[in-house]
Amino acid sequence: MLKMHNTPAGRVFDVFNTIVLGLIGIVTVLPFLYIVAGSFATEAELTRRSFFIFPETFSLEAYKYIFSTDTFIRSLMVSIGVTSVGTLICLFCTFSMAYPLSRKHLMGRNFFINLVVFSMLFSGGMIPTYLVVKSLGLLDSYWSLILPLAINPFNLIIVKTFFQNIPIELEEAAKMDGATEFGIFWRIMLPLSKPVLATFALFYAVAIWNDFFSALLYISDGTKWPVQVLLQQIIILSQSMTNDAASMGANFVEPPDQSLKLAVVVIATLPILIIYPFLQKHFAKGMMLGSVKG
Amino acid sequence: MAGTKTEMVKPEYSVPSTIKTKKQITWMQRLKKDKWLYLLLLPGLLYFLIFKYLPMWGIVIAFQNYSPFLGVLGSEWVGFEHFKNFFQNPDFFRLLRNTFTFAVLDLVFFFPAPIILALLLNELRSQLYKRTVQTLIYVPHFMSWVIIASITYIFFTTSGGVVNEIVSYFYGKEINFLSAPEWFRPLIMGQIIWKETGWGTVIFLAALASVDQELYDAAIVDGAGRFRRLWHVTLPAVRSTIIVLLILRLGNFLDTGFQQIYLMTNSLNRDVADVFDTYVYFVGVTQGAYSYSTAVGLFKAVVGIILVLGANRLAKKMGQDGIF
Repeated sequence: MLKMHNTPAGRVFDVFNTIVLGLIGIVTVLPFLYIVAGSFATEAELTRRSFFIFPETFSLEAYKYIFSTDTFIRSLMVSIGVTSVGTLICLFCTFSMAYPLSRKHLMGRNFFINLVVFSMLFSGGMIPTYLVVKSLGLLDSYWSLILPLAINPFNLIIVKTFFQNIPIELEEAAKMDGATEFGIFWRIMLPLSKPVLATFALFYAVAIWNDFFSALLYISDGTKWPVQVLLQQIIILSQSMTNDAASMGANFVEPPDQSLKLAVVVIATLPILIIYPFLQKHFAKGMMLGSVKG
Repeated sequence: MAGTKTEMVKPEYSVPSTIKTKKQITWMQRLKKDKWLYLLLLPGLLYFLIFKYLPMWGIVIAFQNYSPFLGVLGSEWVGFEHFKNFFQNPDFFRLLRNTFTFAVLDLVFFFPAPIILALLLNELRSQLYKRTVQTLIYVPHFMSWVIIASITYIFFTTSGGVVNEIVSYFYGKEINFLSAPEWFRPLIMGQIIWKETGWGTVIFLAALASVDQELYDAAIVDGAGRFRRLWHVTLPAVRSTIIVLLILRLGNFLDTGFQQIYLMTNSLNRDVADVFDTYVYFVGVTQGAYSYSTAVGLFKAVVGIILVLGANRLAKKMGQDGIF
């Protein structure tokens, strides 16, 4: 590599570019920093100071309040449960379908692949899908938050491409040893695809945790709401949530209004922030996998 | 299906009738030989049939007066009546105007943003600094729209929101960003730029990373300055990526993010907020007009598929690869 020789104008640009990009980075996460800081601040401080990223007095009141109400705990449980079970189901359906589709000798393979691709181009739309879920009796069932999302066609195609790229010799050797196709899938292909499994586990978990649309459509029973819907109810729908909160329980604790809202946002964000280091690494890799033509 | 063909040219010089039975046997045998594969395929196949293809069949209710009690088979057929009603409805032009406005704003303000940001990131000398900036700007992508909308509400509310405190300090009075119709579009654009610009750079940075370093060296030898290198080496490298993304975007021209718009809509800004997707939800799910809203959805889907195919053909005509 030749040394890029830099003109004075180029050096000015470099300094400028470094500063601008640094500012963009900081501004992007600044709102989150305020939300986190504010959730640990006292109500008085939140009213007094309009913006800060370090609270003067550290307070856990908001979190104490949240974990003292059934509503929050229940919807947290719903979200955690649906996300864990849903991720497993999504992975199972995606990988078990991707493998047969990656076997070139499979009769009807092109037909099945076209079936998948066409569903990416054209869909029945919101209402017909809603009516299918309704006629299956899944309205107000946790399954309605999982099953309609069981396979993301893009993910399916990427996993199929991955299986296709595993050297055929491995498969042939296993066949010599008398392994069935299922044995090959279970004992060879799945262990080989551990990093890919991890990537797509993250993909699906984030998608299900963040999903608000399914719950909006299919769940009308407030006791079954996942965190995302609860968050919408608290912050967006009712400015008067505190009044409702007051009538929620007998052992009523004075809710710290603003910090309560911020704490709910933090809790809904927390799982994503915890796995963020993995996400960043794997998602970028997943995007690259996707760019390999299948 | 390549396998079937080799099966057929297999040397079998018997009479045609036996060829037929022979072929049937191989068909059965192949099904049996791959029974584990088909078994593995089954759950996924059922998913696509039930949640993708059954709804496509359900589209027929757009041509009926669907009643849940009579079912799809028993409901009365009305032809294109719902479409006629929709096109004559004043809502139609409002939806078209709003959807079109969002699409154009998106194309002008949001689409170029990741490209510019990726080019700037690519010019950074320090890899560590570049990675740090990337780590920061990817964060909002992984947040749900509910979180993005919640944060927007918290910052822009008139009751103690940071933005309004600044506004009232300089401007003298507060602005009700969250319900003023004229602020709806800027808010939506701001949200999507904040949430997705950083992540949008990933695909361009990958394209930029694959540029052969020797091309830059050659350009330097030829006396190309920084800007000329950007223009003649870097930009051509990402051109095909830009075109593919542009095709996909044109194909999804009518797709405005349902969740985003739904979450920011309220009774005061509804006039500028309603787009096809949210309209289908309000009319279909909350008011129960299943047939009419399915017709609206079908109209949108058909226009969408025409746009995808049209954009793809346009790209091919311009000498690009296209996506199909």
